[in-house]
Amino acid sequence: MGNMKLNLKIWRQAGPNDKGQMKDYPVSNVSEDMSFLEMLDVLNDDIVRKGEDPIAFDHDCREGICGSCSLFINGEAHGPGKGITTCQLHMRRFKDGDTIHVEPWRSAAFPVIKDLATNRGAFDRIQAAGGFVSVNTSGNLVDGNAVPIPKDDADKAFDAATCIGCGACVASCPNGSAMLFTAAKVSQLSLLPQGKPERKRRALAMVEQMDKEGFGNCSAIGACEVECPKNISLEHIARLNREYLAATVTKE
Amino acid sequence: MARTGLFGSSLVKKYWMALTGLFLISFLVVHATVNAMIFFNDGGVTFNEAAHFMGTNPLIRAMEFVLFAGLILHIVDGLILWSQNRAARPVKYAMEKGSANRSWYSASMGILGTLLLLFLMLHLWHFWVKSRITGLREIEGMPGHDNLYIEMVEVFAHPVPVVLYVLGCFSLFWHLLHGFQSAFQSVGINHKRYTPIIKMVGAGFSIVISALFASMPVSMYLGWIK
Repeated sequence: MGNMKLNLKIWRQAGPNDKGQMKDYPVSNVSEDMSFLEMLDVLNDDIVRKGEDPIAFDHDCREGICGSCSLFINGEAHGPGKGITTCQLHMRRFKDGDTIHVEPWRSAAFPVIKDLATNRGAFDRIQAAGGFVSVNTSGNLVDGNAVPIPKDDADKAFDAATCIGCGACVASCPNGSAMLFTAAKVSQLSLLPQGKPERKRRALAMVEQMDKEGFGNCSAIGACEVECPKNISLEHIARLNREYLAATVTKE
Repeated sequence: MARTGLFGSSLVKKYWMALTGLFLISFLVVHATVNAMIFFNDGGVTFNEAAHFMGTNPLIRAMEFVLFAGLILHIVDGLILWSQNRAARPVKYAMEKGSANRSWYSASMGILGTLLLLFLMLHLWHFWVKSRITGLREIEGMPGHDNLYIEMVEVFAHPVPVVLYVLGCFSLFWHLLHGFQSAFQSVGINHKRYTPIIKMVGAGFSIVISALFASMPVSMYLGWIK
C-alpha cells in the first residue's frame, strides 16, 4: 500500500434515466505504482465496506488492448499522457493531495448505463454496417504470399487496424464526431486487396450508420488524434473522405 | 434527423463547407487586389477605375450572385453542422482540458464565423448597399463613374469603424488559419509531402490577407493614403 491521498470528483448516475451528478470521494493508501483502475478498485473496496453502491466502470484486459476502459480524467480522454488507455495510466502521474475529476465519455451516441460505464454499441453497429470482407475464410485458406501487398500499404492498414474502438476520439472531439473510429475501420480494409471489392458500399454504409447514431461532424480539429491511445492519424479521416467522395459521385 | 439531399450525410456537408470556403478564399484574393489600388496614392483614381470595372462588367456582376450563393451556403451549412455538433454532446463535461489536445481557434470556427458575419453586415452596409442600391456620388467630370474612394475616406475618418474593421480582420485571420488547411482535409487531401506545404501556405495566406485588409482602414485613418 502506498501513501498518496487524493480527492476524487466522480460522476455518479444510478441509471440511464437518472440525472446524475459529480460526487466527492477522498481516497488514501494509493501507491504511485497502481494503475488508475487499481486505484478505483481500492476506492470501491472502501465503498463496499461502508455498505454503499460501488462505482461502475468498464474494464477488461487491463493491458491496453481490449478497448473496454474509458474514463475522462481531468479533462482528457484516458487522462494525461499520450498513447495510453486508462488501465495504462499510473498514479505516479499524479501528486499527493491532487484533485482528480473522473467523468464518463460524453456523447449522445454513448448513453450512460451507470456511473462511468457507457453503452458503446453504436460503434458495433457502425462496424456491422460494412466493416468486414464478405469472403468465407474458413476451410479455404489462401497462401498469404499469393496476393502481393506493398509493405507501405500493409503498414498503413495495420496502423488503422490497431484501433481498439474505445471511443476516446468521440469523447475528446468538441463536436462529438466518430470519424476517427469509422475512418480507421474503413482504412484497414480499403488499403488491402481483400477489402477493395466492397470499398464503395462499405464507405457509404458505415458513414450512413455513423450519422444515424447521432455523432457530430468532423472539423479537422485533431483532438481525437492526440488523445487516441493507439495514435491513429487524421490521415485515415482524409482517406475516408476520399473513399466516400468517390463512392458518392460514382454510385448508380 | 433526416440526412439526405443537398446537405445529405455529414461528409457531403463537409464537402460543401470546404468547396464554398475555398471559393470564398478566391474572392478574398480578388477583393484585396482591387482594394490595394488605394496604395497607388493617386487620390483613388486607379481604385475608382477598378471599382468601376467591377461594378459594370457583366461577368463580374453575374459572379456576384454566385458569390452570395456560396456565402449563404457556407453560412447555412455551418449552422446545420454547428447545431448537429451541439446535439452530439447533450451533457457537457464538468472539466475539459481543451489546451491538451487542440488549438482554441480550430474549435471556435462557429463563433469566429459569427463574428465575421457581423463584420460583413457592417461592411456591406458601409459600401455595398451604397454602391449597388442607394447609389454613390459621381466623380467630378466623369458622369457614370461612382466615387467609391471618397466613401472609404469618409468611413475611415472615424476611429470606431477602423477598430471594428481591424477586429473583423483578426476574426478572418483565425478563421482562415484553420479553415484553409481544413478544407483540403475535408475533401480528402492529406499527404505526408503536401500537407505541411498546404499548412504553411494557409498560414502565410491568412497572415498576408488579414494584414493587407487591416492596413487599409488603418492607413486611411492615419492619413498615409493621399
